[in-house]
Amino acid sequence: MKFMKNMNKTTRQNMITYAMVILAYIIFQTLSVTGNLSSLMQGLLVPLCTYSILAVSLNLTVGVLGELSLGHAGFMCIGAFSSAFFTACTKDIITNDLLRFMIAFLIAAVCAGIFGILIGIPVLRLQGDYLAIVTLAFGEIIKNIINAMYVGLDENGFHFSLKDSMSLNMTENGRIIIKGAQGITGTARQSNFTIGIILLLLTLVIVLNLMNSRSGRAIMSIRDNRIAAESVGIDITKYKIMAFAISASLAGLAGCLYAHNLSSLTALPKNFGYNMSIMILVYVVLGGMANMRGSVIAAVVLTMIPELLREIGEYRMLIYAVIMIVMMIFNWSPKVKTWREAHSLKDVFHKRNVKEAK
Amino acid sequence: MGFLSYLISGISLGSVYAIIALGYTMVYGIAKMLNFAHGDVIMIGSYVVFTSTMMLGLPVPVGILASIVICTVLGVLIEGIAYRPLRGTSSLAVLITAIGVSYFLQNAVQLVYGANAKSFKSVVPLKGVSLAGGALIISGETIVTIASCIIIMVGLQMFVHKTKAGHAMLAVSEDRQAAQLMGINVNRTISLTFAIGSGLAAIAGMLLCSAYPNLTPTTGAMPGIKAFTAAVFGGIGSIPGAMIGGILLGIIEILGKAYISTQLADAIVFSVLIIVLLVKPTGILGKKINEKV
Repeated sequence: MKFMKNMNKTTRQNMITYAMVILAYIIFQTLSVTGNLSSLMQGLLVPLCTYSILAVSLNLTVGVLGELSLGHAGFMCIGAFSSAFFTACTKDIITNDLLRFMIAFLIAAVCAGIFGILIGIPVLRLQGDYLAIVTLAFGEIIKNIINAMYVGLDENGFHFSLKDSMSLNMTENGRIIIKGAQGITGTARQSNFTIGIILLLLTLVIVLNLMNSRSGRAIMSIRDNRIAAESVGIDITKYKIMAFAISASLAGLAGCLYAHNLSSLTALPKNFGYNMSIMILVYVVLGGMANMRGSVIAAVVLTMIPELLREIGEYRMLIYAVIMIVMMIFNWSPKVKTWREAHSLKDVFHKRNVKEAK
Repeated sequence: MGFLSYLISGISLGSVYAIIALGYTMVYGIAKMLNFAHGDVIMIGSYVVFTSTMMLGLPVPVGILASIVICTVLGVLIEGIAYRPLRGTSSLAVLITAIGVSYFLQNAVQLVYGANAKSFKSVVPLKGVSLAGGALIISGETIVTIASCIIIMVGLQMFVHKTKAGHAMLAVSEDRQAAQLMGINVNRTISLTFAIGSGLAAIAGMLLCSAYPNLTPTTGAMPGIKAFTAAVFGGIGSIPGAMIGGILLGIIEILGKAYISTQLADAIVFSVLIIVLLVKPTGILGKKINEKV
């Protein structure tokens, strides 16, 4: 305990976050190994990690940098397709599964990061809702182009087309890797819960340490007052793009995890469209701005609710929507806030303490 | 002639976007919130017409009237229940609540009608006109859509600039607190805005489904997003901006589909939006916001 007390407050909070994730891992892994976990829950473990990583990475843009992004699923899409493409290409070249998977993660992060920088440069010049709509537009463009893209491989190298598989002009031995709207099929399902948790911890370490560094404080100062930050000599563009690109490349990691958890990867509106981006934003807002632990909890709880509500059948999404609205009003409404303060349990305890002291 | 007919269908689609965008832009201008559930109000409007005319066999004008009334009431209810408690808090909180409302509407309709697509019969009784010896055919839906867009546009401009309620709207959008001090009932003004926006959404829904007769619980989602884009494109908060943005977006979409690629049409629309916003960061007719230190 003395060890805990010697740490400063932020480090202690961060340690609690890591401990929470590790504890959850131990509990679920034990349940899973001993066979006490339903197959439904088993299938949810990797998606839970994916969504948590996405929520934490988006919180870097929305909560820490303070810019509303509605295109986060686009970066996830880039990560997913670039890594699945790499895996499909090198299936026979790199035989070590783990090594190939690690390189795939690296490629996903780098590709999504590069796109983060490319998109960030024009987008971050805009502000507020205009920035939001442009990120949404970029997300849709990425999804749309990947949906129309055909890439094949034969002896002469790569062939690329935006029309159909016939116009690739491949030799007979060639194989089509990305097949337009059908996406990439036959990816080995290498993702598992352990890798997911390791990635989530890695994401948390990166984001929490960034927040606690000189750069992180610069980013947060831009969020709190852009003009003041500029006037004390902080390079706004540099830090904005830095936060945006890190956020994008972490989303790319999540994309890689996602892609290698499915045998066929397609860019549907459901998984990479603005609906997905908005879903991640919901995790961030419900979890709390710049609160990474909150993001993880919100992502886990909100992914589980519809699954746990499966028993009540078709009403579940309706109830889910109602829960969302009620949660937002309960958390944010000024009237509810004053009511909560007036009837807070803390107060009850506090008054009792005061009485006892007398 | 091919180009001309594409252009006309572009203007027609654009007119629908413009009517939807008016709802977005008015709500944004006055309540400073992005009403993501607006697209789903369109869908509800279409389902009301579908139920009353195609299932119950009521005459078309009754169905249209019912749709407008129900959507108007729905808009006011949504604002009162979900958005009003959150007024004055973070705009993100309201945005998420709007998404919740959108999910709610989609899933409620799915429960009642099922997820399968319903085929919507056009509510437009007008026959098409063929020009230039049959080389150019303009359908009745196109004519009605474009005409109603112009009427709504002019009517709305008159309403906002000539009536007392319209002036109240302008005042609230300019400065909510000052408007309140001048004796304007802000809550009522915002409700009125939602009522008008949702009524327009009902009309847009009917026109949209008359031209594209596939009705599902998510019918409103994509047109909603496109119309939102159109509103931003024209400068969000500006009524003529929504009109220009909507029509341009419709034309770009149809021409892009016709001449470049069907699959990439959405990508083209969004690329044009990005280019416009990079050149004019507040949209075509948007006001320049001066930064205060």
